[in-house]
Amino acid sequence: MKHQSIDETDRKIINALQGGFPISERPYLAAADRIEISEDELIARLERLVGERVLSRFGPMYDAEKMGGAVTLCAMAVPDDRFDEVADLVNSRREVAHNYARTHDLNMWFVVASDDPADLARIIAGIEADTGLKVFDFPKEEEFFIGLRVSA
Amino acid sequence: MSDHGSITEPVDRQIIAATQAGLPLAPTPYDELAERIGIGADELRERMKRMLDLGIIRRIGAVPNHYALGVSANGMSVWDVDDEAVSRLGAEVGALDFVSHCYRRPRHLPSWPYNLFAMVHGRSRPEVEEKVAEIASLLGTSSRCHEILYSTRILKKTGLRIAA
Repeated sequence: MKHQSIDETDRKIINALQGGFPISERPYLAAADRIEISEDELIARLERLVGERVLSRFGPMYDAEKMGGAVTLCAMAVPDDRFDEVADLVNSRREVAHNYARTHDLNMWFVVASDDPADLARIIAGIEADTGLKVFDFPKEEEFFIGLRVSA
Repeated sequence: MSDHGSITEPVDRQIIAATQAGLPLAPTPYDELAERIGIGADELRERMKRMLDLGIIRRIGAVPNHYALGVSANGMSVWDVDDEAVSRLGAEVGALDFVSHCYRRPRHLPSWPYNLFAMVHGRSRPEVEEKVAEIASLLGTSSRCHEILYSTRILKKTGLRIAA
Protein backbone atom coordinates (compact mmCIF):
# COMPACT_ATOMS: atom_id res chain seq x y z
CA MET A 1 0.00 0.00 0.00
CA LYS A 2 1.17 3.47 -0.84
CA HIS A 3 0.56 4.87 2.63
CA GLN A 4 3.42 2.78 3.98
CA SER A 5 5.74 5.16 2.18
CA ILE A 6 4.71 8.17 4.25
CA ASP A 7 6.58 9.03 7.43
CA GLU A 8 5.74 11.09 10.52
CA THR A 9 6.64 14.39 8.86
CA ASP A 10 4.41 13.57 5.88
CA ARG A 11 1.58 12.84 8.31
CA LYS A 12 2.12 16.16 10.04
CA ILE A 13 2.00 17.94 6.68
CA ILE A 14 -1.18 16.16 5.58
CA ASN A 15 -2.93 16.66 8.91
CA ALA A 16 -1.90 20.31 9.31
CA LEU A 17 -2.35 21.56 5.76
CA GLN A 18 -5.83 20.49 4.68
CA GLY A 19 -6.83 24.13 4.81
CA GLY A 20 -5.55 27.50 5.87
CA PHE A 21 -2.64 27.69 3.43
CA PRO A 22 -1.76 31.40 3.38
CA ILE A 23 -2.19 33.84 0.51
CA SER A 24 1.06 35.71 1.00
CA GLU A 25 4.41 36.26 -0.65
CA ARG A 26 6.12 33.21 0.85
CA PRO A 27 3.25 30.92 1.86
CA TYR A 28 5.30 27.71 1.95
CA LEU A 29 7.74 29.38 4.32
CA ALA A 30 4.92 30.36 6.70
CA ALA A 31 3.33 26.90 6.51
CA ALA A 32 6.70 25.18 7.00
CA ASP A 33 7.37 27.26 10.13
CA ARG A 34 4.11 26.00 11.58
CA ILE A 35 5.18 22.38 11.20
CA GLU A 36 8.78 23.15 12.10
CA ILE A 37 10.48 22.08 8.89
CA SER A 38 12.24 24.15 6.25
CA GLU A 39 10.51 25.71 3.25
CA ASP A 40 12.60 23.58 0.87
CA GLU A 41 11.70 20.41 2.68
CA LEU A 42 7.98 21.22 2.67
CA ILE A 43 8.01 21.90 -1.07
CA ALA A 44 10.03 18.74 -1.80
CA ARG A 45 7.70 16.61 0.33
CA LEU A 46 4.58 18.07 -1.28
CA GLU A 47 6.04 17.33 -4.72
CA ARG A 48 6.61 13.73 -3.70
CA LEU A 49 3.19 13.33 -2.04
CA VAL A 50 1.44 14.68 -5.15
CA GLY A 51 3.70 12.62 -7.44
CA GLU A 52 2.91 9.43 -5.52
CA ARG A 53 -0.82 10.32 -5.49
CA VAL A 54 -0.98 10.37 -1.69
CA LEU A 55 -2.41 13.82 -2.31
CA SER A 56 -4.76 14.34 -5.25
CA ARG A 57 -3.38 17.86 -5.47
CA PHE A 58 -2.22 20.84 -3.44
CA GLY A 59 -4.05 24.12 -3.90
CA PRO A 60 -7.44 25.81 -3.77
CA MET A 61 -10.70 23.85 -3.70
CA TYR A 62 -13.42 25.73 -5.50
CA ASP A 63 -17.18 25.70 -4.88
CA ALA A 64 -18.84 25.33 -8.27
CA GLU A 65 -22.15 26.75 -7.10
CA LYS A 66 -20.66 29.90 -5.67
CA MET A 67 -18.90 30.36 -8.98
CA GLY A 68 -22.37 30.65 -10.50
CA GLY A 69 -22.71 27.09 -11.65
CA ALA A 70 -25.05 24.38 -10.44
CA VAL A 71 -24.51 20.87 -9.15
CA THR A 72 -26.85 18.04 -8.32
CA LEU A 73 -26.56 14.42 -7.20
CA CYS A 74 -28.42 11.84 -9.28
CA ALA A 75 -29.07 8.13 -8.95
CA MET A 76 -30.39 5.35 -11.15
CA ALA A 77 -31.41 1.74 -10.65
CA VAL A 78 -29.49 0.03 -13.46
CA PRO A 79 -30.09 -3.64 -14.30
CA ASP A 80 -26.86 -5.63 -13.79
CA ASP A 81 -26.68 -6.78 -17.40
CA ARG A 82 -26.79 -3.17 -18.62
CA PHE A 83 -24.50 -1.65 -16.01
CA ASP A 84 -21.38 -1.05 -18.14
CA GLU A 85 -23.35 0.15 -21.14
CA VAL A 86 -25.31 2.64 -19.01
CA ALA A 87 -22.12 3.78 -17.23
CA ASP A 88 -20.60 4.59 -20.64
CA LEU A 89 -23.68 6.56 -21.68
CA VAL A 90 -23.72 8.56 -18.44
CA ASN A 91 -19.95 9.13 -18.36
CA SER A 92 -19.88 10.29 -21.98
CA ARG A 93 -21.48 13.57 -20.89
CA ARG A 94 -18.86 16.09 -19.92
CA GLU A 95 -21.23 17.56 -17.29
CA VAL A 96 -21.00 14.30 -15.30
CA ALA A 97 -18.14 14.96 -12.89
CA HIS A 98 -18.15 11.87 -10.67
CA ASN A 99 -19.89 8.54 -10.97
CA TYR A 100 -19.81 5.75 -8.38
CA ALA A 101 -21.24 2.23 -8.29
CA ARG A 102 -22.93 1.71 -4.92
CA THR A 103 -24.54 -1.13 -3.01
CA HIS A 104 -28.28 -0.46 -3.32
CA ASP A 105 -31.16 -0.88 -5.78
CA LEU A 106 -30.18 2.64 -6.76
CA ASN A 107 -26.75 1.38 -7.79
CA MET A 108 -25.32 4.22 -9.87
CA TRP A 109 -24.73 7.64 -8.27
CA PHE A 110 -23.33 10.55 -10.20
CA VAL A 111 -22.84 14.28 -9.90
CA VAL A 112 -23.99 16.58 -12.69
CA ALA A 113 -22.38 20.02 -12.79
CA SER A 114 -22.85 22.85 -15.21
CA ASP A 115 -21.89 26.50 -15.50
CA ASP A 116 -25.54 27.18 -16.31
CA PRO A 117 -28.12 26.10 -13.68
CA ALA A 118 -30.80 25.84 -16.36
CA ASP A 119 -28.79 23.04 -17.99
CA LEU A 120 -29.30 20.48 -15.23
CA ALA A 121 -32.87 19.49 -16.10
CA ARG A 122 -31.95 19.22 -19.78
CA ILE A 123 -28.98 16.97 -19.00
CA ILE A 124 -31.03 14.74 -16.70
CA ALA A 125 -33.78 14.41 -19.31
CA GLY A 126 -31.10 13.56 -21.88
CA ILE A 127 -29.70 10.79 -19.70
CA GLU A 128 -33.20 9.37 -19.22
CA ALA A 129 -33.74 9.43 -23.00
CA ASP A 130 -30.33 7.83 -23.69
CA THR A 131 -30.78 5.02 -21.20
CA GLY A 132 -34.55 4.53 -20.91
CA LEU A 133 -34.09 4.61 -17.12
CA LYS A 134 -35.52 6.98 -14.54
CA VAL A 135 -33.05 9.41 -12.99
CA PHE A 136 -33.70 10.31 -9.35
CA ASP A 137 -32.54 13.86 -8.70
CA PHE A 138 -31.25 14.76 -5.23
CA PRO A 139 -30.43 18.48 -5.31
CA LYS A 140 -28.83 19.75 -2.15
CA GLU A 141 -31.40 21.59 -0.02
CA GLU A 142 -29.09 22.43 2.85
CA GLU A 143 -25.36 21.99 3.34
CA PHE A 144 -23.90 21.30 6.73
CA PHE A 145 -20.29 22.02 7.58
CA ILE A 146 -17.98 19.97 5.42
CA GLY A 147 -15.24 18.41 7.45
CA LEU A 148 -11.75 18.58 6.07
CA ARG A 149 -10.01 16.16 8.30
CA VAL A 150 -8.67 12.99 6.81
CA SER A 151 -6.15 11.84 9.35
CA ALA A 152 -3.07 10.32 7.81
CA MET B 1 -28.35 28.39 -4.05
CA SER B 2 -25.65 30.98 -3.79
CA ASP B 3 -26.30 34.54 -2.74
CA HIS B 4 -23.12 35.71 -4.32
CA GLY B 5 -24.05 35.49 -7.95
CA SER B 6 -21.51 34.45 -10.48
CA ILE B 7 -18.02 35.60 -11.15
CA THR B 8 -18.29 38.04 -13.93
CA GLU B 9 -14.69 39.04 -14.26
CA PRO B 10 -12.67 37.03 -16.74
CA VAL B 11 -9.51 37.53 -14.65
CA ASP B 12 -11.04 35.50 -11.82
CA ARG B 13 -11.87 32.70 -14.22
CA GLN B 14 -8.29 32.78 -15.48
CA ILE B 15 -7.08 32.42 -11.90
CA ILE B 16 -9.44 29.50 -11.32
CA ALA B 17 -8.37 27.80 -14.54
CA ALA B 18 -4.70 28.26 -13.63
CA THR B 19 -5.05 26.89 -10.08
CA GLN B 20 -7.69 24.15 -10.20
CA ALA B 21 -5.05 21.49 -10.79
CA GLY B 22 -2.93 22.91 -7.97
CA LEU B 23 -0.64 25.74 -6.90
CA PRO B 24 2.94 25.92 -8.20
CA LEU B 25 5.22 24.09 -5.76
CA ALA B 26 7.78 26.87 -5.60
CA PRO B 27 8.67 29.46 -2.93
CA THR B 28 6.58 32.26 -4.48
CA PRO B 29 3.63 30.43 -6.06
CA TYR B 30 1.35 33.45 -6.36
CA ASP B 31 4.03 35.49 -8.12
CA GLU B 32 4.48 32.66 -10.61
CA LEU B 33 0.76 32.45 -11.25
CA ALA B 34 0.46 36.21 -11.65
CA GLU B 35 3.24 36.22 -14.21
CA ARG B 36 1.63 33.38 -16.12
CA ILE B 37 -1.72 35.20 -16.22
CA GLY B 38 -0.17 38.59 -16.87
CA ILE B 39 -1.37 40.53 -13.82
CA GLY B 40 0.41 41.87 -10.75
CA ALA B 41 1.08 39.52 -7.86
CA ASP B 42 -0.69 41.85 -5.41
CA GLU B 43 -3.79 41.90 -7.59
CA LEU B 44 -3.76 38.11 -7.85
CA ARG B 45 -3.48 37.71 -4.08
CA GLU B 46 -6.27 40.25 -3.49
CA ARG B 47 -8.56 38.44 -5.93
CA MET B 48 -7.84 35.07 -4.32
CA LYS B 49 -8.49 36.50 -0.85
CA ARG B 50 -11.79 37.89 -2.09
CA MET B 51 -12.77 34.49 -3.52
CA LEU B 52 -11.84 32.85 -0.22
CA ASP B 53 -13.96 35.39 1.72
CA LEU B 54 -16.93 34.75 -0.59
CA GLY B 55 -16.58 30.98 -0.27
CA ILE B 56 -15.83 30.61 -3.98
CA ILE B 57 -12.59 29.08 -2.72
CA ARG B 58 -13.63 26.65 0.02
CA ARG B 59 -10.10 26.26 1.31
CA ILE B 60 -6.50 26.11 0.16
CA GLY B 61 -4.27 23.19 1.04
CA ALA B 62 -3.63 19.50 0.66
CA VAL B 63 -6.36 17.39 -0.94
CA PRO B 64 -5.75 13.86 0.34
CA ASN B 65 -6.36 10.80 -1.77
CA HIS B 66 -8.37 8.70 0.68
CA TYR B 67 -7.49 5.45 -1.04
CA ALA B 68 -3.75 6.07 -0.91
CA LEU B 69 -4.03 6.79 2.81
CA GLY B 70 -5.76 3.47 3.41
CA VAL B 71 -9.09 5.15 4.13
CA SER B 72 -10.68 3.10 1.41
CA ALA B 73 -14.11 2.23 2.84
CA ASN B 74 -16.51 4.97 1.87
CA GLY B 75 -20.09 4.65 3.04
CA MET B 76 -22.84 7.05 2.10
CA SER B 77 -25.13 6.89 5.12
CA VAL B 78 -28.68 8.06 4.45
CA TRP B 79 -31.22 8.87 7.14
CA ASP B 80 -34.96 9.51 7.42
CA VAL B 81 -34.95 12.38 9.91
CA ASP B 82 -37.92 14.40 11.23
CA ASP B 83 -38.31 17.49 9.08
CA GLU B 84 -38.47 19.78 12.13
CA ALA B 85 -35.19 18.41 13.50
CA VAL B 86 -33.13 17.85 10.36
CA SER B 87 -31.45 21.27 10.18
CA ARG B 88 -30.30 21.20 13.79
CA LEU B 89 -29.23 17.55 13.71
CA GLY B 90 -27.61 17.83 10.28
CA ALA B 91 -25.27 20.48 11.65
CA GLU B 92 -24.30 18.14 14.50
CA VAL B 93 -23.67 15.23 12.15
CA GLY B 94 -21.66 17.42 9.78
CA ALA B 95 -19.41 18.50 12.65
CA LEU B 96 -18.29 14.91 13.33
CA ASP B 97 -14.71 14.52 12.20
CA PHE B 98 -15.30 11.32 10.24
CA VAL B 99 -18.07 12.89 8.14
CA SER B 100 -16.69 14.52 5.01
CA HIS B 101 -19.93 15.72 3.43
CA CYS B 102 -23.35 16.25 4.96
CA TYR B 103 -26.43 17.49 3.14
CA ARG B 104 -30.18 17.64 3.39
CA ARG B 105 -31.70 16.37 0.13
CA PRO B 106 -35.27 15.63 -1.01
CA ARG B 107 -37.02 12.31 -0.34
CA HIS B 108 -38.43 10.31 -3.26
CA LEU B 109 -41.35 8.49 -1.65
CA PRO B 110 -42.23 5.70 -1.42
CA SER B 111 -38.94 4.11 -2.44
CA TRP B 112 -36.54 6.64 -0.91
CA PRO B 113 -37.52 7.99 2.52
CA TYR B 114 -34.11 9.49 3.33
CA ASN B 115 -33.55 13.24 3.64
CA LEU B 116 -30.12 13.44 5.32
CA PHE B 117 -26.95 12.24 3.58
CA ALA B 118 -23.67 11.90 5.51
CA MET B 119 -20.52 10.53 3.86
CA VAL B 120 -18.50 8.43 6.28
CA HIS B 121 -14.91 7.37 5.66
CA GLY B 122 -13.00 4.58 7.34
CA ARG B 123 -10.30 2.01 6.81
CA SER B 124 -12.78 -0.86 6.63
CA ARG B 125 -16.52 -1.49 6.49
CA PRO B 126 -16.65 -2.47 10.20
CA GLU B 127 -15.00 0.87 11.02
CA VAL B 128 -17.57 2.70 8.88
CA GLU B 129 -20.34 0.77 10.66
CA GLU B 130 -19.01 1.80 14.08
CA LYS B 131 -19.07 5.42 12.98
CA VAL B 132 -22.56 5.10 11.55
CA ALA B 133 -23.65 3.70 14.93
CA GLU B 134 -22.33 6.90 16.52
CA ILE B 135 -24.47 8.94 14.15
CA ALA B 136 -27.45 6.71 14.97
CA SER B 137 -27.07 7.37 18.68
CA LEU B 138 -26.69 11.10 18.04
CA LEU B 139 -29.90 11.16 15.99
CA GLY B 140 -31.80 8.93 18.43
CA THR B 141 -35.52 8.66 17.78
CA SER B 142 -35.46 11.58 15.36
CA SER B 143 -34.27 9.13 12.70
CA ARG B 144 -36.80 6.50 11.68
CA CYS B 145 -34.45 4.39 9.56
CA HIS B 146 -31.14 4.48 7.75
CA GLU B 147 -28.98 2.60 5.27
CA ILE B 148 -25.33 2.60 4.22
CA LEU B 149 -24.49 2.62 0.54
CA TYR B 150 -20.89 1.56 -0.04
CA SER B 151 -19.06 2.56 -3.17
CA THR B 152 -17.81 -0.50 -5.00
CA ARG B 153 -16.26 1.16 -8.05
CA ILE B 154 -15.32 4.63 -9.21
CA LEU B 155 -16.87 4.86 -12.68
CA LYS B 156 -15.73 8.42 -13.37
CA LYS B 157 -13.88 11.11 -11.46
CA THR B 158 -12.89 14.23 -13.31
CA GLY B 159 -13.73 16.88 -10.75
CA LEU B 160 -14.41 20.43 -11.59
CA ARG B 161 -13.37 21.74 -14.98
CA ILE B 162 -13.56 25.40 -15.74
CA ALA B 163 -12.35 26.85 -18.98
CA ALA B 164 -10.68 30.25 -18.76
